[in-house]
Amino acid sequence: MSTQSPASSKGKSKLQEPENLLILASSPHLHTTTSTQSIMWQVVLALLPATAMAIYYFRWPAVVIILTSVITAVLTEAIINRLKGETPTITDGSAVITGLLLALTLPPTFSIGGTILGAVVAIGIGKQLFGGLGYNIFNPALLGRAFLQASFPIGMTTWSVPATLAGSAVDGLSGATPLGLYKFEHALTGYADLFVGNVGGSLGETSALAILIGGIYLLIRRFADWRIPVSYLGGVIVIGGIFWAFSPDQFPDPVFHLLSGGLMLGAFFMATDMVTSPITRLATWIYGIGMALILVIIRLFGGLPEGVMYSILLMNAVTPLLNRYTRPKIFGEVQS
Amino acid sequence: MAKKQISIWQEIVKGLWRENPVLATLLGLCPTLAVTNTAVNGLAMGLATSFVLLSSSLFISILRHFIPHQVRIASYIVIIAAFVTVADRFLAGFFPVISQSLGPYVPLIVVNCLILGRQEAFSSKNKIGRSLLDGIGMGLGFSLVLIALGMVRELLGSGSIFGITLLGEWFEPWMVMILPPGAFLTLGFFIAIANWINDRRATA
Repeated sequence: MSTQSPASSKGKSKLQEPENLLILASSPHLHTTTSTQSIMWQVVLALLPATAMAIYYFRWPAVVIILTSVITAVLTEAIINRLKGETPTITDGSAVITGLLLALTLPPTFSIGGTILGAVVAIGIGKQLFGGLGYNIFNPALLGRAFLQASFPIGMTTWSVPATLAGSAVDGLSGATPLGLYKFEHALTGYADLFVGNVGGSLGETSALAILIGGIYLLIRRFADWRIPVSYLGGVIVIGGIFWAFSPDQFPDPVFHLLSGGLMLGAFFMATDMVTSPITRLATWIYGIGMALILVIIRLFGGLPEGVMYSILLMNAVTPLLNRYTRPKIFGEVQS
Repeated sequence: MAKKQISIWQEIVKGLWRENPVLATLLGLCPTLAVTNTAVNGLAMGLATSFVLLSSSLFISILRHFIPHQVRIASYIVIIAAFVTVADRFLAGFFPVISQSLGPYVPLIVVNCLILGRQEAFSSKNKIGRSLLDGIGMGLGFSLVLIALGMVRELLGSGSIFGITLLGEWFEPWMVMILPPGAFLTLGFFIAIANWINDRRATA
């Protein structure tokens, strides 16, 4: 591998040079300025509302974690680019997204060393070991988070309530997340607080409102396939709703499912990752509903209060298989 | 065999790198992944496996003309199992703590494909001396990789090596390294580094 890749990239650049002299292309002849780079920076833009809310609710710790994660992710990418002898890919924004997404899934009190480790694992193992952008099987940010979850089970589940609730003097009052409260104390949190994000949780996951603003922007600009959030969130409503309808005392209602935990952030920004989500339409629906099923099962019957991360990672793993089995029928072939 | 015999020295050294059971032929991965959460466990498993490998290589090489071809695998397993029992009882008697932490993996040496593989591929076809050398080399190669794996995992997962704390209070152990995923990750990196070195040697 290592000996092949520089050679093939050299071959590509040789091929690309004459292309600029004479362009011969079949239709369609419409050109857009859309590139990997422009899409990636638009996703960063779409994440800004959630980032702003994270900083508003969790103050300085949020700023430190977000900056640490983004800078480490970009540095790791640059170093690995250098080691592999590639042209740097840090300006395409994908490392920034990974760093930002990872930070938004971390608890506000998480350690800086742990954040650095997570970002290195996310970019190094989750993305570059597989061959860089476009080749990774799993969402790099979630892979980094899964590594941290397995490494620091206590640090990753120690939550603090937002600064808006803790009062001005207290810097980090610990408190459970709405899902944790429900699972272990069977207490519900108000919808209004859940919607604006005035609850405990990971940095960027608390405010459904901020995520929706960014997420809908992505859908309108068509940088994310609308089928993924619709099938994922819709699946959670339906499957969670069935359990709730059977036993409302035992299971939370679908709205609570929808607004709590990392579901919104996962559905709009992680499940929709272009690299790790399926290509065909049917596969996309199966992908979304599969995630919903795994999520509801983990939330209702699993040992952990939240299952967004594992639901997305598990469906990432079967994405190549889904693509393979839902390959559209090719018309016009002659039977041999 | 028509193949030209390699030198005696080569017979030992091949197990260390070129035909290393873990890094090159990926044999015996079950104990490699399962018990290397500390350096001591890696060392104990490496030594126990080496003992069984060496002893059964010796016996099978001696008996190679007496064992009927049709029942050779069963015969090998009986011989291997005898030495596994010796190793298991020895560990339980003299090192009960290590024996406890290795758990069922000591009896499981009997199905370690490294051992059966060497008998089938080597001892049953070669003279006693060479079979012993092969066993020494393979056992040493296996043990060294297991110890190295155990050291890396123990250092990152518990902050110590051979039970001696090396990383201070500031270090927050990476729990994942002493769990199964840590074994797969570390082994993956080991094999990647080995392949990288081989590639560089081949191109140089």
